[in-house]
Amino acid sequence: MRKTLLAAALALPILGSAAAAEDTIKIGYIDPLSGGGASVGEVGLKTFQFLAEELNTKGGVLGKKVEIVPLDNKTNPQESLIQAQKAIDAGVRFITQGNGSSVAGALSDFVTKYNERNPGKEVLYFNYAAVDPVLTNEKCSFWHFRWDANSDIKMEALTNYMKSTPSIKKVYLINQDYSFGQSVRSQAKAMLAAKRPDIQIVGDELHPLLKISDFAPYVAKIKASGADTVVTGNWGQDIALLLKAAADAGLKVNWYTYYAGGTGGPTAIKQAGLNHQVFQVSEGLANLDHQPSRDFEKAFRAKYDFGMFYPRAVNQMRMFAAAADKAKSTDPVKVAQALEGMTFEVFDGGEGFMRKDDHQFFQPIYISSLGERGDNEPFDEEKTGWGWRLVAKIDTQQTVLPTTCKMERP
Amino acid sequence: MLELIVISSLNGILFGMLLFLMASGLTVIFSMLGVLNFAHASFYMLGAFFGFQISRWVGFWPALVLAPLLAGLIGIAVERYGLRHVHKNGHVAELLFTFGLAFAIEEVVQIIWGKSPVDFRVPAVLDFPAFTIFSTNYPAFKMFMLLVSVVIFLSLLLVLKKTRVGLIVQAALTHPHMVAHLGHNVGRIFMLVFGVGTALAAVAGVIAGPALVTQSNMAALLGPILFVVVVVGGLGSLPGAFIASLMIGLLQTFAVSINTSPASLFGPLDPAWATTWLSDIWNVTVAQVAPVLPYLLLVLVLIFRPMGLLGTRET
Repeated sequence: MRKTLLAAALALPILGSAAAAEDTIKIGYIDPLSGGGASVGEVGLKTFQFLAEELNTKGGVLGKKVEIVPLDNKTNPQESLIQAQKAIDAGVRFITQGNGSSVAGALSDFVTKYNERNPGKEVLYFNYAAVDPVLTNEKCSFWHFRWDANSDIKMEALTNYMKSTPSIKKVYLINQDYSFGQSVRSQAKAMLAAKRPDIQIVGDELHPLLKISDFAPYVAKIKASGADTVVTGNWGQDIALLLKAAADAGLKVNWYTYYAGGTGGPTAIKQAGLNHQVFQVSEGLANLDHQPSRDFEKAFRAKYDFGMFYPRAVNQMRMFAAAADKAKSTDPVKVAQALEGMTFEVFDGGEGFMRKDDHQFFQPIYISSLGERGDNEPFDEEKTGWGWRLVAKIDTQQTVLPTTCKMERP
Repeated sequence: MLELIVISSLNGILFGMLLFLMASGLTVIFSMLGVLNFAHASFYMLGAFFGFQISRWVGFWPALVLAPLLAGLIGIAVERYGLRHVHKNGHVAELLFTFGLAFAIEEVVQIIWGKSPVDFRVPAVLDFPAFTIFSTNYPAFKMFMLLVSVVIFLSLLLVLKKTRVGLIVQAALTHPHMVAHLGHNVGRIFMLVFGVGTALAAVAGVIAGPALVTQSNMAALLGPILFVVVVVGGLGSLPGAFIASLMIGLLQTFAVSINTSPASLFGPLDPAWATTWLSDIWNVTVAQVAPVLPYLLLVLVLIFRPMGLLGTRET
């Protein structure tokens, strides 16, 4: 009797999970949930959970429920591979990650090798935010899809806007010391030299990634350099704390950033009194005059106490569902094939497409600034009363950059 | 340039004093118990989180007093019911005990307050620029931090130099066995010193929490630097810890503002080498290697002066 009970106890959970695995699609969310990247990792996780719920209320993907499996990688490439293996062992066939191109490079490599060794058990990697251009150029992979505009596209947009701002004379570059930060830095230098040769680069800083708790020494240096503009690709606590230190020191410059809207950023900008002096390049903003995304934003904010920071994640999840529909299968290989070249009406309006050559998604890109709101700008950030205002829009076709990717298809 | 020097000095001294608040406890505990307390930075973190929680309930000022007291009591309990028992099994066991304790505290903090940063704000009374030099504001809270650490430093100095307790502690620093032979209750002294040491680290936590980031990895971020301070200053030497704290605070802050690289000193690399890995090293600036410098100092001190700057005992 005891033996039967024991056997049943052992067998039941196994049977149970097997049955559950049949009708759920697990997406492994591998991002920092502790350490310096946790503030953004947490927001990303909740965003994906919200999006999974959105899909599930509409009947899921091909009738299957979507479940997000959170895995903490501590923004560490090695840890990410362990988590990816753990996820795969738990039946995950789709993983998503965004914070840190160092992590993204390792994951892309891992997934490619894993798929080579395990035909029939392929895993797809959806990258929603790691923007090092290398990932869709020299190191591109068939199993990697990127929904965020890569760093070169963003810098192209930012510098085009800076070109038309004659007040910029002295620029200070401050970036995180790893592949992405270095790519921002070198592109900024090259593009500014080509578009505005009169601009002087008065500082070019690289600091350790997510390890600095007080940016006061760096801000003192920016101040001493006499810069009127700072360009930075910093994300997570590195942008929030940088802006906070700038606010404390009363540094009054214009900021051209990739991620100033991340957790803590808007609060620091308001504290510094930088009214419409901090710019962000992104694929969407809450105050865009586009009803569907505004409705979504409203629903999102009703549930969480932060705004929608990842329109690209919305595109990713919806396109995943569309690709599975198109392929009539949730098999990763078929989904990947359906995604290639797919065009899609993006979250913030306008058409985007997933380029077949390198799996880079192209979409309209917006430059916005944070400050006092106008009449038709309903959303503020972090209860500051200030919101993002559209400054410039770059259409999809104008964001298309060439790629050196030589895709190897299975 | 002058502006940069003044601001960097202020920032450096501030960071140095913060380090000293922690290093003083660590180094005294080491001298007495002969064990490097790996969990010391965890008490700094506990101080920050207690400070955050208590300031939510009753405000920042009571938190400034209550949080260190609470952390100190935990420190006392750790010594009384943990370390003292482990002590029988030798130093390695003690070391491992504090090592494990650091992880345990981190996990507990993560369970209670989560892994992402908590919103520990600067109190409203101190949320203004204290003064403006060369058009740069210096936050009042940072001046307050400086003030608190200086006051604690001075009172520590007074207690150690002018009171009977200080006399015994000082004696126990250099001749622990002799103190015991003289009939003092060394066990109780140890316990109290451990409590005061951890409470000091917690004070540092409460005042650093709002200015820096209060997060479950803050102990891991500061811990290694703390050991550098204690080793460079000389294990068990309070004046050494003071000098080393300031030195490392200033070193880190100033290194950030120096853009000198081998290339800027000796001119660009020979074109034949310019595309190799050598160019990476050649073009790296002092600012970029700033975070490594304290550890470099640690290695150099261990090679050339193993007892530390002001240390007297070989370890």
